[in-house]
Amino acid sequence: MSNKEFNYYINGKKSKWEVIIGLEVHAQVSSNAKLFSNSSTKFGADPNSQVSLIDAAMPGMLPVINKFCVEQAIRTGLGLKAKINLNSVFDRKNYFYADLPQGYQISQYKYPIVGEGEVFLDMPYGAKKIGIERLHLEQDAGKSIHDQSPTKTFIDLNRSGIALMEIVSKPDLRSPEEVAEYIKKLRSIMRYLGTCDGNMEEGSLRADVNVSVRKVGALEFGTRCEIKNVNSIKFIQQAIQYEAKRQVDLLEEGKFIDQETRLFDTKKNETRQMRSKEDAHDYRYFPEPDLPALRLESNFVEEIRKKLPELPDDKKKRFVNEYKISSYDAGVLTADKETSDYFEKVAKNSDVKLAITWVSGELFAVLNKHSLSIKDSPVSAENLTKLILLIMNNTISGRIAKDLFEIMLKDSRDPKVLVEEKGMVQESNIGELEKIIDKVLQNNQDKVSEYKSGKDKLFGFFVGSVIKESKGKANPALVNELLKKKLS
Amino acid sequence: MTDLCKLTLVESVQHIKEKKCAALDLLNSYIKRIEKSDKLNCFNSKDLDTAIKKAKSIDEKKDFSKILVGAPIAVKDLFCTRDVKTTASSKMLENFIPTYESTVTQKLWNEDAILLGKLNCDEFAMGSSNETSFFGNVLNPYRLNNDNLVPGGSSGGCAAAVAANLTSATVGTDTGGSIRQPAAFTGIVGLKPTYGRCSRWGIVAFASSLDQAGPMTKDVKDAALILDVISGYDEKDSTSANKPKTSFLNSLKNNVKGLKVGIPKEYRVENMPEEVNSLWQEGIKILKEQGAIIKDISLAHTKYALPTYYIIAPAEASSNLARYDGVRYGFRAEGKDLTEMYENTRSKGFGNEVKRRIMIGTYVLSSGYYDAYYLKAQKVRNLIKTDFDESFKDVDVILTPTTPTAAFKFGEKSDDPIAMYLNDIFTVTANLAGLPAISFPIKFNKDGLPLSLQLIGKSFDEQTLLNTAYSIEKEVNFKSQVKDWWM
Repeated sequence: MSNKEFNYYINGKKSKWEVIIGLEVHAQVSSNAKLFSNSSTKFGADPNSQVSLIDAAMPGMLPVINKFCVEQAIRTGLGLKAKINLNSVFDRKNYFYADLPQGYQISQYKYPIVGEGEVFLDMPYGAKKIGIERLHLEQDAGKSIHDQSPTKTFIDLNRSGIALMEIVSKPDLRSPEEVAEYIKKLRSIMRYLGTCDGNMEEGSLRADVNVSVRKVGALEFGTRCEIKNVNSIKFIQQAIQYEAKRQVDLLEEGKFIDQETRLFDTKKNETRQMRSKEDAHDYRYFPEPDLPALRLESNFVEEIRKKLPELPDDKKKRFVNEYKISSYDAGVLTADKETSDYFEKVAKNSDVKLAITWVSGELFAVLNKHSLSIKDSPVSAENLTKLILLIMNNTISGRIAKDLFEIMLKDSRDPKVLVEEKGMVQESNIGELEKIIDKVLQNNQDKVSEYKSGKDKLFGFFVGSVIKESKGKANPALVNELLKKKLS
Repeated sequence: MTDLCKLTLVESVQHIKEKKCAALDLLNSYIKRIEKSDKLNCFNSKDLDTAIKKAKSIDEKKDFSKILVGAPIAVKDLFCTRDVKTTASSKMLENFIPTYESTVTQKLWNEDAILLGKLNCDEFAMGSSNETSFFGNVLNPYRLNNDNLVPGGSSGGCAAAVAANLTSATVGTDTGGSIRQPAAFTGIVGLKPTYGRCSRWGIVAFASSLDQAGPMTKDVKDAALILDVISGYDEKDSTSANKPKTSFLNSLKNNVKGLKVGIPKEYRVENMPEEVNSLWQEGIKILKEQGAIIKDISLAHTKYALPTYYIIAPAEASSNLARYDGVRYGFRAEGKDLTEMYENTRSKGFGNEVKRRIMIGTYVLSSGYYDAYYLKAQKVRNLIKTDFDESFKDVDVILTPTTPTAAFKFGEKSDDPIAMYLNDIFTVTANLAGLPAISFPIKFNKDGLPLSLQLIGKSFDEQTLLNTAYSIEKEVNFKSQVKDWWM
């Protein structure tokens, strides 16, 4: 663990300011059907092709809760170490918009399904706990498309009614970096649980960001502004930076912050007012009369708890203990479930150290280069294991292994077969090696003399030349041994 | 040959089953009357060609096994009917044709009943006189001398159509009395079942926590039969109740011996006409004579029921009607932008009473007013429920008048919303408490207008209500005095 200190402050002209951030993350529930209808939730379908009578709010239609979405919310709550409320209530949040067919969103207001919980972040200055205020279920709105006609807006209701979990943090975040870590951690937990795919490009994860500032040392929170619907970690960070600075400037000029809703302009990299407090919607929340209160049996919750997978924090601890690896390596390897599964498969069947080197080194480099996720890795865990085993039993050298890995990116056959087919097997036959060594020494007699007259550094040159002459196949340990003998 | 339209529903079906008449014969006699009754304005739309096809097909198949085989039935224009215009008597849905069928009406057609058409009502079921309909007033088949009277509301078209023998029976909806009050004004039987007894799926919503579909029929037996068909759990309605299926008709009996009947003192309201009071006494007398035990009871929070209702119902309505925004279906009036389109659409698409209730509902839910109105109303609603729960520890049913007066004239109350709302004073409590209640005719007043009593029952105890009403019905032998003056 690094001993760096937290140092995100805004240095104004007069004072040093601390930034207070709270997040409302909207996470789309992984579920085949919507929250109150059985329409498909598949991303990217033709507009209005996944809309039931309920989603379109036809007269007389009634919502029926999707049990699986409730389970997903509970699972997520348990993953956030949160209290599951056995009684929760759906409410109507009333407002008019063209892509909100009912004229209200069914949400949970006073009595959410999940109460207080917590998430731990690994920051360079140590672990930090972020409180979760609540998690509630609600339905998504449709989509308004403004850019296809100069005079018309088109409405796509495919998204209308899809289940969202709104996860509200306490105002515990203090910097854009913490916010990024927090979102990554939430996403990691939900991916482990299989409750949200966390895909920000497809809008499965969006955030409203509450930002306020206060002088360092002050105890009271300042007035906050809410930045609506920012959909990438980078933009969220930029929005916070801009907004914090804006607020500090205003306050230092002796002005006040208006509690208002703002939006982030990604092109101009600035936030601007969307609605003032006076224009704030009055949502006229009231209990949804079409749905009885949601009552859960404690057994039902316990059954879900029993089936929870190992979560990132626990897995990280276990990796440190079980594989004796650094906390940093464990963090990297457990950040997402597929990576940790991949690593464990390789490590368990080969060698932990080599597994770390190969997974977090060569493999990550390739994945990053091609923006691939580990589940689309061109090299399977089985094949990487076999590659490491080939190194371990001296069939191939480390250098050849790199060449082999390159081949494996395009050829998914058994590495053993590849090694044989391409003639990559390491040369460990002393007679053969001696022949090569003799040849190299013969061709470099001047250097041999120099070496013998004390230029020790040339030893490396001889090793390199032998391996080169062997087309990389020479067993380096043996080459060393034999060279030493010959040159002594 | 007997006038087939004068048969009750039970008799009509019996006629067909016993092949005393063909389904088409029965249908044709109704069609003949309907065609001569446009003056009453009961129908928003008719579906007679399809009806004829269905009657012919029943006759051809010669399968008369279904419970409602061949029964010609028109329904309130609040039930969504597949391929048949469903307007809620509003300009907003003037041309709306659903692609789906409400659960309740589907159950009727599953039993081989035949849809005649859709019956007029107050706009979005908001009204007590049918005067708020976009399609105009419905005339009560009963008149005061030669003056036209309202049929009551909101199921005014339903009530008038049953009373005028234009349908063998019907289903209406009741949010604060919309089945029972018009039933009382037209001398027919109207039953609002327990909340959750019948599915609300496919019924244009007014106030979700109060709305309930129910039978409007010529007599109590018919009401039991319709309830048998339309009730039952529906997985598409999360508020519908999963109760074992029984037959109310088969269990119907006219024995009230030992039945404990509560008389709530709070229902003796100020300025109640003497004829209504004596009607109530008459009901008590009959029940006593039949061996029932009469008990005075108190429903202490009754006086708050009407204001409570007129907070909760508009609150829910303001939200339920938000979907009529001109975006996806129904009426649209263009505007220069989205907001103006909303304003134009909703200003022109809704009538005054609907707008009034949307405004009341929006107001009582607004931040700063929510606690004082909506939340308080919910608390009072619970107290009203508790009143009933307590009373039902001592009694089996509660007897009250259905309405404070007999049917009134057009325009008499339409300029005074409060006077109009007072019509619901005896009926809203059953909706607020979710209890079943039945209205059934007893006698005529000196002007020849029907007067009715109401029985309120325990939750899901429609059987006792039906039995008690059946018992009184047999005693009073109420006979329709409708004179067909419009034909």
